[in-house]
Amino acid sequence: MEKILCLLHTESDGSLHKSAFEAVGAAKDLAAGLSSQFAIGIVGESVANAANAVAGAGAEKIYAAQGADFAQPKYATDAAACEALAKAAGATIVLAPATSRFSRVLAGVTARLGGRIETNATAIAVTNGKPAVSRWYYRQRIETTLSRPQRPWVITLSPGSLPELQLAPASASVENVAVAAPASRTQVTGIQSPPADAQTIRPDAQLLFVAGAGWTKQQADGASHIDEAEKIILQFLHQTGASLGSSKSLADMSGEGQKILPFMSHLNQIGQTGASPRHPKGLATCCHGEEPHVVGWRFISERRAVNTNPGCGWAQGKTDVLYVADAFELMRKVEEMLG
Amino acid sequence: MTQPLHIVVCGSIVPDPLQTLEPVSTPAGPGLKNEMMLPAVLDPWAACGLFEAANLAKQVAGSKVYLVSLGPKAKLQQVMMTVAQKFPFELVAVDGPAGGFTEAAQVAEALAGAINAIPGLDKANMLVFGGWASASRAAGATMQMLGEKLGITDQFQGVDECKVQPDGSLRILERIEGGRHQVSICQGPPIVCGWATGNLPEPPNNPQVGMMNMRAIMPALQKAKPAQVAQDGVEWVTVQLPQQRRDTRIVKDVPIEEMAQEIVEWIKK
Repeated sequence: MEKILCLLHTESDGSLHKSAFEAVGAAKDLAAGLSSQFAIGIVGESVANAANAVAGAGAEKIYAAQGADFAQPKYATDAAACEALAKAAGATIVLAPATSRFSRVLAGVTARLGGRIETNATAIAVTNGKPAVSRWYYRQRIETTLSRPQRPWVITLSPGSLPELQLAPASASVENVAVAAPASRTQVTGIQSPPADAQTIRPDAQLLFVAGAGWTKQQADGASHIDEAEKIILQFLHQTGASLGSSKSLADMSGEGQKILPFMSHLNQIGQTGASPRHPKGLATCCHGEEPHVVGWRFISERRAVNTNPGCGWAQGKTDVLYVADAFELMRKVEEMLG
Repeated sequence: MTQPLHIVVCGSIVPDPLQTLEPVSTPAGPGLKNEMMLPAVLDPWAACGLFEAANLAKQVAGSKVYLVSLGPKAKLQQVMMTVAQKFPFELVAVDGPAGGFTEAAQVAEALAGAINAIPGLDKANMLVFGGWASASRAAGATMQMLGEKLGITDQFQGVDECKVQPDGSLRILERIEGGRHQVSICQGPPIVCGWATGNLPEPPNNPQVGMMNMRAIMPALQKAKPAQVAQDGVEWVTVQLPQQRRDTRIVKDVPIEEMAQEIVEWIKK
């Protein structure tokens, strides 16, 4: 019988991110499908609140690796904690959210455990009595479902791809796992964020606004209008709270010394060499090519695009609505109506 | 004083991102149609790591860059003709499949073997660079496994910056959620960095550097040892292109106000 462990980590305030509840829901469903039980393991400085938050999930046991050593997301200490939790639970399958903290360490933990790993899974189900994981290869261009005989099998789940388990807080009984924190030569000294009014990446936004290189190109009057493009895009983000994505060609311009949109960086880039964000809606403007229209919004539910070319082969078949219009003119009007 | 760095960049070839890919079944498991015929490039994230490595090597006198690459020799040679023109590096080639369906654990094993066999490598002052994911397997698993095999437990993923401080320590910026970076200070090498995009542009080609590099790259390719890398028992249930095609409604030749109104209503819905 499979022994399933759902690994979680606390946030800096001791709470759990919503991706943790997605992972717990996946573990619960998988255990039910395999007629098995599941346990939860939590890493963090103090896990009491987090444990209480998932106490009602039906886990047979909640393990914890907690203490000041595990406050900071660091490879050496997190890997030691996750390894100890997996061993304590005797896990044959480990599920975890693919957060930056776990994505840093779980492949290394898998190597320590002598297992195998699947990362950024978008679904997990039971097929012919065996767990089967769905994940993408070649950066969202080939979709697979696979199973494997090796154990332990570590599976990280792409945040936002599974339903969040709704739980009422309860009182949890926690079994502490002793972890000898290894000496670390690394210290986390802080988090670097853009100023609040300059932050254009908003993972929880309802809308992803994708800007393509067309915003910086010559317009009908023969001149480029980058300053105006900047105003229009920032105004739209301000009015709607949308998250900003960029095509690769637009993000690359900064490195090539061309005049660019100053708020745009590689962090905004979506597509094969960028992020694949998850938002309910996406609006692409001035984009041409596979990167933004296909790969970049693979996980965007409702998609619309603004393009001057009605025959754009990348937009057709990929977007629900294609507005054939000048983006400058149309977005100015949209902003006027948004007030 | 900072010791010279030995920067080992791990990266292989991937199909050019503009190519249309089609999965096919092979006796060894899934593969790509005409895989050996597809134009290839150095994996974009590994390439970012390579550019950053060259930049760091320029800043710390006496440093050296190695590129450890697992792939079919013939394809590696094609890609190196371009990559070699960027800056001086030494190629360590390992002959084997570079496709996305191979097993990360086996790739890590092969890379660790190749790194351990580099003559004169100063492991105490080694930075192991690579992509935080690839445009093929796209798992973000190989670098951490490689680090474990090399005994390195100062590892960083999604790296956009790695700077050598005056005291020899390393200041590293890793991408985390919400468009932010986690800032870490590591006392010094050895470390593993899985690079995101970094901040450097692609260096221009320099044919003279290319010719100098290729003199060593060709023998390195000839000496490349074969690696046993496979799909490791994976049972593939489905391997397919995404089938979903949307029924696109094209809105044109209507007043701009009408389009704007429709977008506003959709946003507010």
